Amino acid sequence: MCGATEGGLSLDGVDVKKEAIIQGQVLRGSVPVGNAYVRLLDRTGEFTAEVPTSATGHFRFFAGEGEWTLRTLAPKAEPVDNLVVAAIGSVAEVTVAI
Amino acid sequence: MTRENSLVSAQWVEDNLDNPDIVLIEVDEDTTAYDKGHIKNAIKLDWTTDLQDQVRRDFVNKQQFEALLSDRGVSNDHKVVLYGGNNNWFAAYAYWYFKLYGHQDVVLMDGGRKKWELDSRELTDELPTREKTTYTAQDQDTSIRAFRDDTVAAIGVQNLIDVRSPDEYAGRLLAPAHLPQEQAQRAGHVPTSLNVPWSKNANDDGTFKSDEDLKALYAEVGIDDSKDTIALCRIGERSSLTWFVLKELLGHQNVKNYDGSWTEYGSLVGVPIALGDEPGQADGQGA
Repeated sequence: MCGATEGGLSLDGVDVKKEAIIQGQVLRGSVPVGNAYVRLLDRTGEFTAEVPTSATGHFRFFAGEGEWTLRTLAPKAEPVDNLVVAAIGSVAEVTVAI
Repeated sequence: MTRENSLVSAQWVEDNLDNPDIVLIEVDEDTTAYDKGHIKNAIKLDWTTDLQDQVRRDFVNKQQFEALLSDRGVSNDHKVVLYGGNNNWFAAYAYWYFKLYGHQDVVLMDGGRKKWELDSRELTDELPTREKTTYTAQDQDTSIRAFRDDTVAAIGVQNLIDVRSPDEYAGRLLAPAHLPQEQAQRAGHVPTSLNVPWSKNANDDGTFKSDEDLKALYAEVGIDDSKDTIALCRIGERSSLTWFVLKELLGHQNVKNYDGSWTEYGSLVGVPIALGDEPGQADGQGA
């Protein structure tokens, strides 16, 4: 499996060539945030999906080609937006700092 | 129904954690979320194994539902309080399910697990023990459940509310973006259905928007209050939340949830499909 998943969520069983994957980790300083919620907003700002982070702060979306916004909500933190570009056959890695 | 008798706040739940008259139940899309920590005294229902028939595509039947709730210690007299992740997506599905089988007193915790966690309220890994009961379910109330033929017949006639994300509605995605996109069915939407993404019902913290905002949301897309309504999504869970908003919060009459939803409709032979961002005409053209 590609190096992009190292330390992250397993991509076993997923045909990465057919997916536009956005994944990453939410950190407070250097500490993973395991109780955050990451929302995927489309190019118009419309909500598309939301996932809770894993115990290690990781998250993943299977998006479509194009520009997306990640909006991260966590206890005792202001929401954080990160712009990301996804493409079929690749994994876009994002580190979200809160 | 109204907001007052179909919703409770996180604070209300915190104040009633040891109330023997309520049963707190977590239902999550991520069926392992409960195991990582849950609200004190909450039990878990797994939507994949507890609420679905394990052979054919359908719900558990009346007898199976009775056995399930009896085993988990839920009685007919309990106030059932449901909560879950993703703006109560699957908790709303369970709410609809409890209504389908005639449970009298069931509510959602507004904001669900996300609101609870963002408030930094306490979670536990302690498992509660409950005495078994003898639960009696009613026959399914099909006045709130739509089947595929109802949906086909509703094209151009009733309000069809497709609650998937705009990209799923238009056919650019086949599933929510946190799931792999390989699917057997065709992409698109039921012709004449209006797209009101389920997420628009909720604030960022997962709580429902005000009745005024919700009324404006559906008025804006042109829902016709004089017509019956069918809500649909991909597998009937997100549309349960929209069903809850229309029926329970806003008091619309004759609202059904189509649990077959796009994974059934998009696999049917010969039915019209519309592509793109517009509802399209009844034959699927003009979208």
